[in-house]
Amino acid sequence: MTRSGTGKRPPRRASGARRRVLLLKTAIWLTGLGPVVWLTVGFFRGTLGVLPVDTIILVEGRWTLVFLLATLAVTPVRRVTGWNPIIQVRRLLGLFAFFHACVHFLAYAGIDQLFAIGYIVEDVLDRRYITAGFAALVLLVPLAATSTRGWIRRLGKRWLRLHRLVYVSASLAVLHFYWKVRADTFWPLVAALTLAILFAARLAYRRRGRGRPRRKGQKGAVRTRPP
Amino acid sequence: MIVRTRKNSDIPSSEITPESAYLDRRRFLGASAGIGAAAFLTRNAAAVPRSRGQDETPNTWEEITTHNNFYEFGLDKKDPSRNAHTLVTKPWTVKVDGLCKKPGDYQLEDFIKPSTIEDRVYRFRCVEAWSMVIPWRGFPLADVINRAEPDPSARYVAFATLWNPDQMPERRWKPRIGWPYREGLRLDEAMHPLSLLVNGLYGKELPNQNGAPLRVIVPWKYGFKSIKSIVRMTFTEEEPPTTWATQTPGEYGFYSNVNPDVSHPRWSQATEKRIDGDKFFGYRRTDTQFLNGYADEVAHLYEGMDLQKHF
Repeated sequence: MTRSGTGKRPPRRASGARRRVLLLKTAIWLTGLGPVVWLTVGFFRGTLGVLPVDTIILVEGRWTLVFLLATLAVTPVRRVTGWNPIIQVRRLLGLFAFFHACVHFLAYAGIDQLFAIGYIVEDVLDRRYITAGFAALVLLVPLAATSTRGWIRRLGKRWLRLHRLVYVSASLAVLHFYWKVRADTFWPLVAALTLAILFAARLAYRRRGRGRPRRKGQKGAVRTRPP
Repeated sequence: MIVRTRKNSDIPSSEITPESAYLDRRRFLGASAGIGAAAFLTRNAAAVPRSRGQDETPNTWEEITTHNNFYEFGLDKKDPSRNAHTLVTKPWTVKVDGLCKKPGDYQLEDFIKPSTIEDRVYRFRCVEAWSMVIPWRGFPLADVINRAEPDPSARYVAFATLWNPDQMPERRWKPRIGWPYREGLRLDEAMHPLSLLVNGLYGKELPNQNGAPLRVIVPWKYGFKSIKSIVRMTFTEEEPPTTWATQTPGEYGFYSNVNPDVSHPRWSQATEKRIDGDKFFGYRRTDTQFLNGYADEVAHLYEGMDLQKHF
């Protein structure tokens, strides 16, 4: 929001940005909860097909990836557009990725495997696509747990380093998707390409920005490197 | 033992299992929406969910015809039921060629007419670890093989599905071996009395998504071996290349016999989801049987073979 001519520019800009962030957050909440509502309604109306559990696992897996990639896209988008407040929706996106990953896993473990721990352990250990998917989920756990303001403050620079695990998790999730499909690798490759573009954007920025001085006072956006 | 053989003159299955049964079940499903949570608890309490009495009651028409793998019509399970109406099944010609004395292009009617049509209820086990019980209508595959008079050198029979892009909408995916979809059987497997050529379901005409107008059913093998909508039968001396075994040789073999002890590299084959219209799950998990429960009849075909190797 840029409006000229008034003396009250800073607060106005802030409120405009706040409104936009609020709008964006509302959209994220709706998108985040939409699939679960749709699946729940479909489940009880009997419109999820002959094996509803397969539909649930599939849909929730897709939304996990969408939210993971969206989370990773926040910083590149911020840099390209220069719209810094977008950083405020990153945590919400990340938490929705974790939420869908949990539903995805619980549908598999509960409705598909009926919590038969032996089979689940066998799957996780023996089948590489499940190993990758499970690892991706496990890596998200500490990130979700330390997503609160308190933990961000407490961990300081270590928080950033810890949260780089999201790259590992997203890569494993895409690999999980690629290894799972039997025939048509189109969408796994789309996901992989998106991930590669997001990585490349980050690397390009790092290389370009190496000589620049660090900006101060920007929470969550500071590029930190081990001293 | 699941095979039930009926003569042509007997009552068709459609009269035994009224089609309305599945409609009622779906209606009940809708009605139960409000008490879903309660249903969940009840079903968990009953250790063995049995929503349909007997163990091997045939699946409903709706289940059998809306949950299909027929990649020419799309890759999702529901796609074939939505898209296969474009398949033109009349007229239909089956080419018989290769090592046999009576090759030729046969009209479907001439192909079927000399045989006695029977209704048979078979278990159907997909390699994806779900299964159904299906009342097929058809005749022994051995009938047409005998009529073609294969040469003594013929050891295999290869099949091909129709490939007609004008009728088949799948565009994105193409198997490594290319279209058409191909399958094959060893001649003794194909000649086994359990192996069928199927042209009907529930005593009615076979729906397109289930492989109309004529498909193979080999009940002790994974479903993808039971090739649909066949236009060609070729007798060969060598093992013919097949679609999935050439696509991913480490995952799908030529034999692809149902075997709980040989896991698919990406999932266990020890158990299966028997689709049973259960009001909550839609299925019940059950142990997979060696050769899909037909071992008594067909195990001798594989005597002395290492089934871990020849999976």
